[in-house]
Amino acid sequence: MPSRIAEIRLVSSHREVYEPCDDSFALVDALLADRTNLIDHNPKICMEIGCGSGYVITSLILLLKNEVPGVHYLATDTNPIATRVTKETLQAHGVDADVICTDIASCLEKRLAGSVDVIVVNPPYVPTPEYEVGMEGIASAWAGGENGRTVIDKILPVVDLLLSEKGWFYLVTLTSNFPAEICLMMRKKGYASRIVVQRSTEEENLLILKFWRDKDEESLKKETSSSFVSQFSRSLSSLMEKQWR
Amino acid sequence: MRLITHNMLSCNIKGVANGFPLLIEAGKVIEKEVDFNPDFLRHMFAKIEWKALVEGARSMGYAELPEDSPDATVLDSDESFLKKLHHALLELHLEEGALVCPETGRKFPVNKGIPNMLLHEDEV
Repeated sequence: MPSRIAEIRLVSSHREVYEPCDDSFALVDALLADRTNLIDHNPKICMEIGCGSGYVITSLILLLKNEVPGVHYLATDTNPIATRVTKETLQAHGVDADVICTDIASCLEKRLAGSVDVIVVNPPYVPTPEYEVGMEGIASAWAGGENGRTVIDKILPVVDLLLSEKGWFYLVTLTSNFPAEICLMMRKKGYASRIVVQRSTEEENLLILKFWRDKDEESLKKETSSSFVSQFSRSLSSLMEKQWR
Repeated sequence: MRLITHNMLSCNIKGVANGFPLLIEAGKVIEKEVDFNPDFLRHMFAKIEWKALVEGARSMGYAELPEDSPDATVLDSDESFLKKLHHALLELHLEEGALVCPETGRKFPVNKGIPNMLLHEDEV
């Protein structure tokens, strides 16, 4: 039986909430591609930061539901309307998660530190003027400031704080967000990374990155920043060649 | 919002030293049945702040939990305790009401089961 994910016809919508689009589909495809690993991972707490329409968190629940019982799912969004729409989307699929309206995860940082086994984030990554960041409504779903990195760079330390020892983190980025630099920043916090999905659309070049804590301190010491970035660029160009072939 | 999540929430207004646990003002509480999963409960038990759970459950009309945190061995031997823990953590939903910061008294509204923890500009 093919894995179930959220159905577009059941996804609730509102003019102030970002609808599932290529980036959401790419993120869910990454979760599907990694599904067997996620099942072995046996997470207890999973979380989406910036749940928007609820398409991604609903899909994550559906694709783990039968194989991994007993998971606590949390979803946050800074847009109150998005949190309501997410609840409706969850309900329409007959699943449930606790949804909280908060800035990134600020009300959870103290008590949830070191506890989350899977975090998924489709951040506002579109490069925009800085003043558009943090505006209310649908703009909060895409306005990413300089290089689309303003919100991403705020999310990374929060994710590092919340993830459990074995925690995994999936992040949507564009090539214009300088993903190699993001991976290098996470490398310095002790995370390994890989590209799970690469997809080029007419407008954007999407990468879904996965991060996990790397126990191998030695390799971290040996690596220089420049060797890391060139290695990342090599794996990216080989992925892009594959897609165009 | 369920009590498992309430146990992870704190008020993070600037300058607040102890924003946990948030007091619950229950307007509407509903119950939804969830599959019983002892492994999950054992995993979560270590992370739960017991007093906050007991008080939270009581303010939502459920007073069956023991006042003092039970010894972890209870988790393997006492199924009736596990059932109570299961019910309190996972089956009670605060649909309408508010969460109140224990230090400042600031109220965070809960509507349609969603706590709005957004801070005002002067609270960040």
